[in-house]
Amino acid sequence: MLSNIGNLLIFFTVVTSLLVIFKSSKLILSSANSISKNIYQLSILQSTFSIMSFVVLVIGFVISDFSLITVFQNSHTTKPLIYKISGTWGNHEGSLLLWINVLTIFSYLFLVFSKKFNNEFRLGTIITQNFLLLGFLAFLLFNSNPFSYIFPVPLEGLGLNPILQDPALAIHPPLLYVGFVGSSIYFSAAISSLFTNFGGKQFALSIKPWVIISWVFQTLGILVGSIWAYYELGWGGFWFWDPVENASLMPWFVMTALMHSLIVLEKRGTLYNWVVIMCLTTFTLTVTGTFLVRSGILNSVHTFANDPSRGLFILMFLSVMILFSIITFLKKFKLQNYLIETQSKETLILLNNWIMIFFLATILIGTVYPIFTEVLINSKISVGPPFYNTILIPVVIPILFLMAVAPRVGWIKAKFSISYYSLLVVLFALLINFLIQKAFKSYSWYSNLIIISSIFLIIYTLIDLFRGNFKKDLNNRLSRIISHLGFGLLIFFIGINHTLTIEKDFNLKVGETKNFLNYQIKFKSLDLEEKKNYKAVVGNFEILNKMKKKSEKLTPEIRIYDRPETITYEASIKSNISHDLYLTMSNIQRTEFYNIKFQEKPFMIWIWVSVILIALGGITKVFRNESNT
Amino acid sequence: MNRILKYISILSLPIFILLIFFLALERENQYTTKNLVGKKIQDFELKSLNQENFINQESLIGNNYTLINFWASWCAPCREENSALIKIKNQLGLKILGINFKDKKNHAKNFLKDYGNPYYTIGIDKDGTTSVNFGVFGIPESILIDKNFIILKKFIGPIEEEDFMEIKNIINK
Repeated sequence: MLSNIGNLLIFFTVVTSLLVIFKSSKLILSSANSISKNIYQLSILQSTFSIMSFVVLVIGFVISDFSLITVFQNSHTTKPLIYKISGTWGNHEGSLLLWINVLTIFSYLFLVFSKKFNNEFRLGTIITQNFLLLGFLAFLLFNSNPFSYIFPVPLEGLGLNPILQDPALAIHPPLLYVGFVGSSIYFSAAISSLFTNFGGKQFALSIKPWVIISWVFQTLGILVGSIWAYYELGWGGFWFWDPVENASLMPWFVMTALMHSLIVLEKRGTLYNWVVIMCLTTFTLTVTGTFLVRSGILNSVHTFANDPSRGLFILMFLSVMILFSIITFLKKFKLQNYLIETQSKETLILLNNWIMIFFLATILIGTVYPIFTEVLINSKISVGPPFYNTILIPVVIPILFLMAVAPRVGWIKAKFSISYYSLLVVLFALLINFLIQKAFKSYSWYSNLIIISSIFLIIYTLIDLFRGNFKKDLNNRLSRIISHLGFGLLIFFIGINHTLTIEKDFNLKVGETKNFLNYQIKFKSLDLEEKKNYKAVVGNFEILNKMKKKSEKLTPEIRIYDRPETITYEASIKSNISHDLYLTMSNIQRTEFYNIKFQEKPFMIWIWVSVILIALGGITKVFRNESNT
Repeated sequence: MNRILKYISILSLPIFILLIFFLALERENQYTTKNLVGKKIQDFELKSLNQENFINQESLIGNNYTLINFWASWCAPCREENSALIKIKNQLGLKILGINFKDKKNHAKNFLKDYGNPYYTIGIDKDGTTSVNFGVFGIPESILIDKNFIILKKFIGPIEEEDFMEIKNIINK
């Protein structure tokens, strides 16, 4: 029953999509000077159909209708309601439907909020957007249909992978998808702008809010994914340079670059071609990432099952997209005169863009390199953190300085000079770094450099906050200040965290105590708990900080899920504003001993707060833009 | 002509990348055991953990069967597996070659001190390359080979009671 309703709704979405393309093309050809109501109606109808189909799938999960293969493969009757619901997008087919939903909703919102721009350009964008939508709908219908029917209907489902049964993972994919799919709007807008010659400042203004919105969601999506990895994967790290993480980070770099070069296009009317390239690249990278993750040609901690036919479809779609974009761009390319002085804000923004592209290229090469070596020379390699850290970290230092100084350089023609004021800030940063190292008695020149440059950015940005006519032009600077400050703080806290984390690995049995440094760890007892969908062995530990005479109780768990049969190790984490205490335990078979991994990680919470600040900068920008218009 | 050349030069890189992706899709997923079984192991040379010498295929000559076990001190399941390996060594008399994967020397030595040493010789695979050449994609894994260095069976994850029986059946055949 649900299968039929779902399929019917998808079919209606396809029909409305075709109608939108048909009606919009007709309007463009007849050079009408307004967009008829029909198109708005069709667009909202399209969103409604796709949202309804998604709701049908959610209902399928909630009532455990195992006649749907997707529900059968990814759910179970004993699963808590919240994970039944989040299970809807915790699998390939359901997440594709969510993707389609975001695509239709964004198309409609673009149509509504772009009324002050050229109609031909708007229609062109909507047409391109609907072609993309049709591509994904075809993928859904012919390859990954969440409404596929299974007969005879199984009595019970196979269950959702336990590590995905988690609140952070319930919101991580929707956030990321808004970021990913949001970038389709400016992909379509760029294509439309090439065809309709709608460029310059107006083009920049038309896509600016979409770039910022997708960037904000992408930032938050990456954040939630990292937090999940931190407490769920049980290694105490939060970024592993896993191909799927890279897939979300690559578009983020281009979005960041685009956001900055858009300012140049808006203020100075130049860099149009570059902006278009960035727009096309962002969504292309999104689809590339989707291909890499879901085709299974790369191994990753993420759990989309491997299916080459899926890969083939996305790859064909990607190929058409890339070739079409490049050919359109080359055909419509008009050489622009770039009147950019070397000593100006424009130059520094371009420098920022090139550094972002450098980050992107490094990660892209690191991610796809194993595929190339395997195909070309039949050698299996994996590219890990040492590669990324060695290449990326040195470049973080100049970007931090650039982020501090560039906003204060004037447009068009400025004069670079090293002011005493900057030197003073550098000295101050050196001093703070010295005090930190002195207090914690730890030294590594590399992380010192990172910490010094991040302190430089933080101080410089803070001074910027109180500079000039505080109230009057703060409004213009506020979002940039918040984001740049967030980035400075992020790098600062990562640097400190990296240098000063205490880690200890040992074996204990119940009743024993382990002493090291300032800590005394007591394994008090073990409890067995029976939960709805798993059994848990819970360890009760008392962590005593001998210096501060403060004790904390931590309770790491070993969970045994029965559907599917899996054991997970749940870290116990106590967070406060100065540090996190992180404890995991794993059993050693045939002994009474448990392997305990203890970590004290300074300022963990501030790493998350810094990322929220970065995103907050974007949010204030969106609202300010709104209130200005 | 110029225009065509321009198109070709700009399009060639993305087409090349896409082509590689297509070829990658075509490739068989090599991370399955069935591809390895029946094949001869690749040549290898590793530094020994306890001595100054190197170990290679020659260290395996004379063994009717050898179990090559990939392990690390940082790997929790390796701890579970250790006692099973000791049982294999003692009860079946099977020679076990240990390959210590991406580990620190003193950590590895402490591990063996704490849990016991089932291996007759141990090679250090500091950067993991040799293990990857053996087709390993997780730790622990083990490969059972015969005297001609042909792979008879691959074990993914820790060796357990059923694996013990299976190994027993193979080598007593």
